[in-house]
Amino acid sequence: MNVAFLGASKGMGRALARRMAERGDRIFLLGRDSEDLRRSAADLANLGATGEVGVGHCDLMDRATFGPALRAARAALGDVDTVVVTAGEYRVQEDLERDADARDRLLILNLVNTIHFCEEARVLLLQRGGGSLCVFSSVAGDRGRKPVILYGASKAGLSYYLEGIDHKFHSQGLRVTTVKPGFVKTGMTAGLEPPPFAGEPEGVARDVLRAIDRGRPVVYTPGMWRWIMLVIRYLPRAVMRKIGF
Amino acid sequence: MARTTKNQKAAFEPRLIQPTRASVKPRGGAVEIAGWGGYPVVRGVERRSENLAAITRDAVLTRGLGRAYGDASLPPAGDYAVAASPLADRLLGFDQARGVIRVEAGFPLMRLNRLSLPRGWFTPVTPGTHYVTVGGMVASDVHGKNHHVAGCFGEHVRSMKMRVADGAIIDCSDGQHELFRATLGGMGLTGHILEVEFQMERIPSPWIWEESERIDRFDQVLEKLEEAGREWPFTVCWSDFLVTGENAGRAILMKGRWAQPNEAPAGQPKWRSAPTLPFRFPNWALQTWMLRVGNFLNWSKHGPKARRGIAHPETFFYPLDVVREWNRVYGRRGFTQHQAILPAPHTHPRHERFLRLLHDNRAKVFLSVVKDCGDEGKGMLSFPKRGVSYALDIPVDHDTQRVVDRLNDFIVAEGGRIYLAKDAFTRPEHFRAMEPRLDAWNAVRRQWDPEGRLKSALSVRVLGDPS
Repeated sequence: MNVAFLGASKGMGRALARRMAERGDRIFLLGRDSEDLRRSAADLANLGATGEVGVGHCDLMDRATFGPALRAARAALGDVDTVVVTAGEYRVQEDLERDADARDRLLILNLVNTIHFCEEARVLLLQRGGGSLCVFSSVAGDRGRKPVILYGASKAGLSYYLEGIDHKFHSQGLRVTTVKPGFVKTGMTAGLEPPPFAGEPEGVARDVLRAIDRGRPVVYTPGMWRWIMLVIRYLPRAVMRKIGF
Repeated sequence: MARTTKNQKAAFEPRLIQPTRASVKPRGGAVEIAGWGGYPVVRGVERRSENLAAITRDAVLTRGLGRAYGDASLPPAGDYAVAASPLADRLLGFDQARGVIRVEAGFPLMRLNRLSLPRGWFTPVTPGTHYVTVGGMVASDVHGKNHHVAGCFGEHVRSMKMRVADGAIIDCSDGQHELFRATLGGMGLTGHILEVEFQMERIPSPWIWEESERIDRFDQVLEKLEEAGREWPFTVCWSDFLVTGENAGRAILMKGRWAQPNEAPAGQPKWRSAPTLPFRFPNWALQTWMLRVGNFLNWSKHGPKARRGIAHPETFFYPLDVVREWNRVYGRRGFTQHQAILPAPHTHPRHERFLRLLHDNRAKVFLSVVKDCGDEGKGMLSFPKRGVSYALDIPVDHDTQRVVDRLNDFIVAEGGRIYLAKDAFTRPEHFRAMEPRLDAWNAVRRQWDPEGRLKSALSVRVLGDPS
């Protein structure tokens, strides 16, 4: 695979990029902190990524960087057949209720600009007759829930967008994979108490790569969360109002 | 599209990145943190991030996977912040021609081994578990079965990047700063280790040729160990200190070397993922008699004849890692390890007296490892020196402090010393008496940290730092 990767230096993105590197995929890293990207690029190259692992500037808060970043990836790799987006932000609900700027930032990062980035990636992939677009959403987008109202709203919007482009462009060769991780122990969730069925980034990476390889449209990881969310989606409103989940 | 091979799949190990915690109950950000022995337990704020440089800015200590047995990786009581390195685990450089590796401090040894073995390299020194970080290996200046030929891990470190107490980030190599030697075995108290560059060892194959034999009498153990060390790069003894009478201290001696290509199996070793002990046993579950029976079975199973053959490298180096979180068998009380060195020359009466001391104090020694060590290395506070090291696992109870005190009285009298990475009970006066090097090390430490910003539960307990 020739992968343009936004968000490979941390957490689940790091684990997924490593898995790709270990089987010899070619990778180009996009992100904001160029020094940090170069360290991740060295890591992936040492693990077995084919060719040089290049880096390009892409700031999810600045949508003017998206097009040039993806074109830089194409120039470096020759051809981009897979685009992965794991970047995003998590803030606890209480912070977001208090702070309008934090709310604004979260919605722009997770929803507005992620969609802008995906649009650029979609165009790039369709130009070459299709390819894989793998984007990390969340189980939090499956139903409005008390602890993740705004985060969940941003991810719900993202999931619907991804579902829509899958419907529209599947026939043209676009393979969209929406990743819905449950609670995963990463730097992002450090300090939160892990619930039962909490996952590890390495397990997520394994599930996601398999889903990309098979062109699966939606992947819950750890897999148990598919069944947990199935139940949650059908719980009556009266129950959701009572419980804290 | 390339398919993932089975081997690559298993190379990822979930649950590796969790340092040991007694429990996770956030209250104002503080959690209960414990070492591998589960004793003591301290409340502190544990910061975890890929960006180790950022989280070390206001931390009193950095910890890795929390495999130090006692309080070496714990902050002092008082809800201090401690940085956790396991998410900082990038491989920054691997020169496969020269075997020079550079990693972030949280890089785990297990990944290092699984990466380097198929490429013809191995870590120059490995401790008895692969669930440690490279930063932790430097901070404890770990030793292994090859100490008599390879010395400690620190002998092979070329340079480090450190965040020192005043907040500066510096490169540090031998000869450049005294800080380098003070950091090898410095228990993380001289600065936060951010990156480590070290020299790997070239290996002829990824397999081990192992021979083992029973030694029926304790007085032959030291002799045989020394004799084996002349020919073999890896030697160690598992000794049974629970049996009494003339069989006391009988042992199984294990010797190993890297297999030559012509005797090694054709393929690469398969990486197995180890099952986790799913729950903590109750305190009463593990009884001395069970260990006696276990030791006896182990002893009988080996048989009187020497055994030899090819061994999987992970089975050879990390026999206890076949079950994750095996420390849970000790229950909530926890356990400690008393690892001490009795200096050369190996005179039998001295070791016989040590054995008698264990029996007289009714020390419940559940597992004991005996290893002869080579010369003292570069590390200003590193544990090993020429002599014989005894590592004794002891469950914690009301009597443990007394037993450790008696053992330490003996160690002090004999001119030996203890290993801080395992310790939870040694008193400051004992440690001072064992360590004539302490003042020199302290001088370097104070030069780099005059205000005493870096500290741990261990440094408060043993070195007299103010909490």
